[in-house]
Amino acid sequence: MSTDGKGLRIIKPGFLTLLQDAGRSGVMHQGLACGGPMDRHAWAWANRLVGNPWNTTTLEISFGGLECVADVPLQICVTGARLPLALNGRPQPLWSTLQLNPGDCLTLGHPTSGVRSYLSVQGGFVLESGPGGSHATLVREGTGGLKGDGRPLQAGDCLPCRKTADQGAQRQIPDQWLPDYDAELVLDVILGAQVDRFPATSLDCFFRGLYRLTPQSDRMGARLSGPALAHNANQLISEGISLGAVQIPPDGQPIILLQDRQTIGGYPKLGAVTPRSLDALAQRMPGRDIRFRSIALYEAQLQETRFLGFFQSSAPFKGNPHTG
Amino acid sequence: MLWRYEISGIDTITLYWGERIDTALARRVHCAAQALQTHLGERLLDVVPSYASIMLRYDLLQDDLASLLESVRHILSDLPENPLDHASELVELPVFYHPRVGPDLERIARHAGLSVDDVIALHAEQTYHVFAIGFAPGFAYLGEVSSRIAMPRLATPRPHVPAGSLGIADRQTAIYPLDSPGGWNLIGRTPVNMFDVNREPSSLLRVGQRVRFRPVEQDEYLALGGQLSTRQDQ
Repeated sequence: MSTDGKGLRIIKPGFLTLLQDAGRSGVMHQGLACGGPMDRHAWAWANRLVGNPWNTTTLEISFGGLECVADVPLQICVTGARLPLALNGRPQPLWSTLQLNPGDCLTLGHPTSGVRSYLSVQGGFVLESGPGGSHATLVREGTGGLKGDGRPLQAGDCLPCRKTADQGAQRQIPDQWLPDYDAELVLDVILGAQVDRFPATSLDCFFRGLYRLTPQSDRMGARLSGPALAHNANQLISEGISLGAVQIPPDGQPIILLQDRQTIGGYPKLGAVTPRSLDALAQRMPGRDIRFRSIALYEAQLQETRFLGFFQSSAPFKGNPHTG
Repeated sequence: MLWRYEISGIDTITLYWGERIDTALARRVHCAAQALQTHLGERLLDVVPSYASIMLRYDLLQDDLASLLESVRHILSDLPENPLDHASELVELPVFYHPRVGPDLERIARHAGLSVDDVIALHAEQTYHVFAIGFAPGFAYLGEVSSRIAMPRLATPRPHVPAGSLGIADRQTAIYPLDSPGGWNLIGRTPVNMFDVNREPSSLLRVGQRVRFRPVEQDEYLALGGQLSTRQDQ
């Protein structure tokens, strides 16, 4: 099945390139973070286009700059941030399958729109599983990834690929399904958690205010600057933190907790940003403006189950799962 | 057992039993977490117990909130009001309490008006409850430390605390499972590996267990594999 440890060789890793699958389940009670792709939409399309099932591990490349070489024939696909993609120096399309022959060199330039790119390989990589049976790379923890030590990919790393019988015809997604990472961003928030500790004036301020994504943001949390939010809760007793939780520390500036967040914490939270909104947020550069709107739990769940249903079903190209 | 729940996210709810750090309350929470894990483990993606709450993550494609809550109510209605203390597992950990590996021991003693030996005796005579695991993989929050040796966190955290270091923060105590930054007052070190990603489960401690510390001399500490390196920045 494997190709004698051969596959994709990293020449230049770029700013931050990580192995990511859908993330971990069932290990948060040990203090292990979840991980997973920051933008599941582009990640899931990268897998879908090469015919991989949901949860197949891909590369997540932040801010481009990756250079890699195929040591075996591979069908690959690059989705996500708009950036120059080249095969042996010749420009290639994003969101489209590409055929690599042994010795072919693939280079990703720097994004002109969006932040994160996903590189999938048909059949996936042959990797040892980390916590929760996942390959997600958790840099802060030093767990998961290629060697199980959480380190980002570096020059010289070789990612063994699974041999696939039929590489199939070229596939791409139609232009009208491509997301616009420059569009105005309004994040959907499900109110909950300690929302009753926030005075009405504070919530009004949150939903009317204009926030900016700061450069201190990372895979743990999106740190925002804007109108400060007051609340009646002092430090709480630590409790589990969900994906997308909007936490308000004493300075009143919201932090949206993301894939690599710590598992428990004690700052008051007013609710959670939906996973579909987090997908969009993951493609915004620091400095971008952000607004919030409230969404009902059931509406958000419908949106999410449609998304998951589309990508986890076996039949490709059934319909548009609302790109964007 | 009276509890309530809040929506924490699209596929996540948190059950609450109260809002205080209290061993009896924590024991009830732990009992509930065990029951939920036993009866609903297959349905739940994550069960995260903490001091006074349990966070549950469910699978949106397999489950819905209403039927999950129905099951949760059913399971929790059958639990005893005051679970017995001896029901939880007791873990004993050897600790080398010494200024050489516990650079804050003498400061705590001065602060408390006690001798270093008194501080060690007060810390080691207590049986602790594992309230929560978090901050870092395998980092267990234990309580409660005698009020006589309670000590606030350092104003400036150390950039490097060696794995195995035992610290105090207010009335809680914990062992750093891995080398990391940290602001707890360090009083000793255990040679036991608290977290190993190649072990199943990776974390030595689980919420709900009880923990006792057994003071050991330097010879035994070293024989058990303990290190004296002081890479921590003072």
